[in-house]
Amino acid sequence: MTTRKLVPLIFERSTPGRRGYRLPDLDVPEVPVTELIPSDFLREEAPALPEVSELEVVRHYTQLSRLNHGVDVGFYPLGSCTMKYNPRVNEDVTSLPGFATIHPYQPEETVQGALELMYNLGQYLAVISGLDATTLQPAAGAHGELTGLMVIKAYHAHRGEGHRNEMIIPDSAHGTNPASCAMVGYKVVEVPSDERGGVDVEALKGLVGPNTAGLMLTNPNTLGLFDENICEIAKLVHDAGGLLYYDGANANAIMGIARPGDMGFDVVHFNLHKTFSTPHGGGGPGAGPIVVCKELAQFLPGPVVEKRDDRYTFVTPENSIGRVRSFYGNFLVYARAYAYIRSHGGKGLKEVSETAVLHANYMMHKLKDVYQLAYDRTCMHEFVLSGNWQKDKYGVRTLDIAKRLLDYGYHAPTVYFPMVVDEAIMIEPTETEPKSTLDEFIEVMRTIAQEAKETPELVTSAPHSTPLKRLDESRAARHPVLRWEKA
Amino acid sequence: MRYLPLTKEERQEMLETIGVDKVDDLFTAIPKEIRLHADLDLPAPLSEAELVRHFSELASKNNDLQSSVSFLGAGSYDHLIPSVIKHLAGRGEFLTAYTPYQPEITQGVLQSIFEYQTLICELTGMEASNASMYDGASALAEAALMACAATRRELVVLPASLHPEWRDVVRLYLESQNVSIAYLPYDEATGLVDPESAEGISWSEAACVVVQQPNFFGLLENIAPFKKVAEEHGALLVMAVDPISLSLLKSPGELGAHIVVGDGQSLGNSMGFGGPSLGFFATTGTKLIRRMPGRVVGETVDTDGTRGFVLTLQTREQHIRREKATSNICSNQALNALMAAIYLSVTGKEGFRDVGYQSLQKANYLKKRLLEIEGLSSRFSAPSFREFVIQGSVDWDEVNIRLAEHGFVGGLPLARFGLPESVLFSVTEARTKEEIDSFVNLLRGLIS
Repeated sequence: MTTRKLVPLIFERSTPGRRGYRLPDLDVPEVPVTELIPSDFLREEAPALPEVSELEVVRHYTQLSRLNHGVDVGFYPLGSCTMKYNPRVNEDVTSLPGFATIHPYQPEETVQGALELMYNLGQYLAVISGLDATTLQPAAGAHGELTGLMVIKAYHAHRGEGHRNEMIIPDSAHGTNPASCAMVGYKVVEVPSDERGGVDVEALKGLVGPNTAGLMLTNPNTLGLFDENICEIAKLVHDAGGLLYYDGANANAIMGIARPGDMGFDVVHFNLHKTFSTPHGGGGPGAGPIVVCKELAQFLPGPVVEKRDDRYTFVTPENSIGRVRSFYGNFLVYARAYAYIRSHGGKGLKEVSETAVLHANYMMHKLKDVYQLAYDRTCMHEFVLSGNWQKDKYGVRTLDIAKRLLDYGYHAPTVYFPMVVDEAIMIEPTETEPKSTLDEFIEVMRTIAQEAKETPELVTSAPHSTPLKRLDESRAARHPVLRWEKA
Repeated sequence: MRYLPLTKEERQEMLETIGVDKVDDLFTAIPKEIRLHADLDLPAPLSEAELVRHFSELASKNNDLQSSVSFLGAGSYDHLIPSVIKHLAGRGEFLTAYTPYQPEITQGVLQSIFEYQTLICELTGMEASNASMYDGASALAEAALMACAATRRELVVLPASLHPEWRDVVRLYLESQNVSIAYLPYDEATGLVDPESAEGISWSEAACVVVQQPNFFGLLENIAPFKKVAEEHGALLVMAVDPISLSLLKSPGELGAHIVVGDGQSLGNSMGFGGPSLGFFATTGTKLIRRMPGRVVGETVDTDGTRGFVLTLQTREQHIRREKATSNICSNQALNALMAAIYLSVTGKEGFRDVGYQSLQKANYLKKRLLEIEGLSSRFSAPSFREFVIQGSVDWDEVNIRLAEHGFVGGLPLARFGLPESVLFSVTEARTKEEIDSFVNLLRGLIS
């Protein structure tokens, strides 16, 4: 059986002998390769790369791009991912040759502009977080978590308390939190959520102790709720000798409104690709810098930038843990975040968070009569509905609702997360969407609720108008085909 | 603010719908004592025009390598980048998407990753590749950890000729999980590592032996002895490779590698002061494939039987397995992987080989010309690819400052990595004979 193909693979477009690229003729005296490299090191056959013209490449990727939904294409309310508008000018300014074509090992004297940007961005993130010292090295949020946990581990070891190996994590946490703990050899201790969606403080009291290394918390948490007991939580953990780690995935709710440092956190990571608008790129690159309190600055990965008189220079902190990545992190990504901060200023960032929270609450109010609301409280920048009503009454699951949304031209919200809510639908509208978009989406969500009641099969068999129908994911996992092979 | 579309009237309408008087009422869950009452102390906002001016000023304080001629490498390379890459990867549909969780509307990203995985397999000779890692160094760290998990052993054998920053990253990742490290020294004369002559290595406890090809000094290691010790002791062979070199060199698969990693910056990604680039990660055999970190895309069909692509083997990953996941990685470097895939597609079978071939020839030409200068010698005797180490009792940092004044970026002085008087030069296909000749003449003048 021949399978229908949406767009052929680039390999299927290949014609032997075709070229899409030509270098200038070699202008240095040529030496036979075998005089330079032992012949048994050499390939007999070139790698089977595609043989296509430049136009074929352009058409191929243009066709592929048209199968893809991005923020530029339409609304993308993917909870906890902060799919806000990515300002185009930030693409332009970071592609200036003075940023895009500088080498990480150039003499410091010849890259003072880059160091100045790094230094100032570190300072700005410290101001926003209410903490003291920054490293820009981590390449993504999870990488920031890993770095932060390594710093916490180094701190305890430095104080002769290397036995502390328990990290407390709420049951509503992102999967990266426990996975990052495992990467540093920490044991995960799960603390349940209370009936208001926050950390169960009574349960926490029973969990902290002499082995507590710390607690990781997203605040607002993954339910979109601000943990009202944060000061008490911080005190409990600190009194037990632990440190507090702030997962900044949801920082879009709090800029200029409250600072993790003031809440009692010792380490913060920011997802610059979320809060600070750098494009998500189909899954990355992101940037996950961490900011720490004074006591922890000595453990940060090196190098970090210092300002001495009017000159910027790289230094390695005294008791640095080492490195989590080569060079200085995703420079061109965090340079975009720098541009974003400079475009907004202090007042502007506060307005960003206020608007994000207003949008989420507006939407929540307009939907809570048709979808079960997991926690009926004022939310922050996102909120979590449940598809329970639709599932119980009409056999329509959250997955079906998500797929039906695709028919209406939207990306689906985050679904089945957080795990503490059945049939979770996590919606994050962000601040950059016009009210008309929010209203249209609300209308569509209400229409789908109606469809679930009246024509459930229309929803359970969705999507109908996307380039592909529902895909067989279990087949992909059962018989993995992970690369193209020549027939 | 220019990116906030909300009007005053709309704000009022929303507040009324919610049933509060003012936006501030939405934040009552935040305890008063931790509310911020002053504005964040940040510079005043810039308009678009002001922002552009500000960035131009910052950029002008950097010597960019578009207007200088560079011989720096050491993990970040000045290869030519075909124009089409920025136009295609810059399309909003790719740029502003996230991880393809809804495959019906993200086939563009999914198919491009599937193609990327295939391209990486073609280069490395492995059976499967993931969708990318942060960079080469962290990819190598993850490979070492994967080898430990696969062999249930807790010793990793690293070559001393590994890029020092990669070594630091691997060390930190391994120490965090109490994995031991043993180092294989390199030969002072050849610059190569001979694993068989190394002493004091508890091979029977080794999860893997790592080799970097070409090594940090640009030299071509002999892989056969690495394969031999690995095989003898039941350890895995992990190769950290330069992708451009694979245009000419035998694939790691042919040489018997189990896991292959590398940094993909040189595949159509700008240097960008070291990032973002991508780490590639490939392996072979069902058992190892199911232990791979990171996202993986697989082929399937939709309900109509049309071919499509989805994220697959997700039970390895953190969002499902939490602390039992094979890694904590979530966001990767998808856009950089896309750029690498476009690069390999547009250069193609012939063009890609030309890049490797010309880099080799031009590097050899510079090396030959430099060795004509009195007082300079080759630090190591082994064959090299596009980088090599030159030795001479010269203040190389000082020389580099002088070179910069003439629009050249010299090689990397290795004193900071423990090799005084040595400097690592890199030459790509982007250099011309004229540039190389002028550089040699200038350098001769500066050091004699």
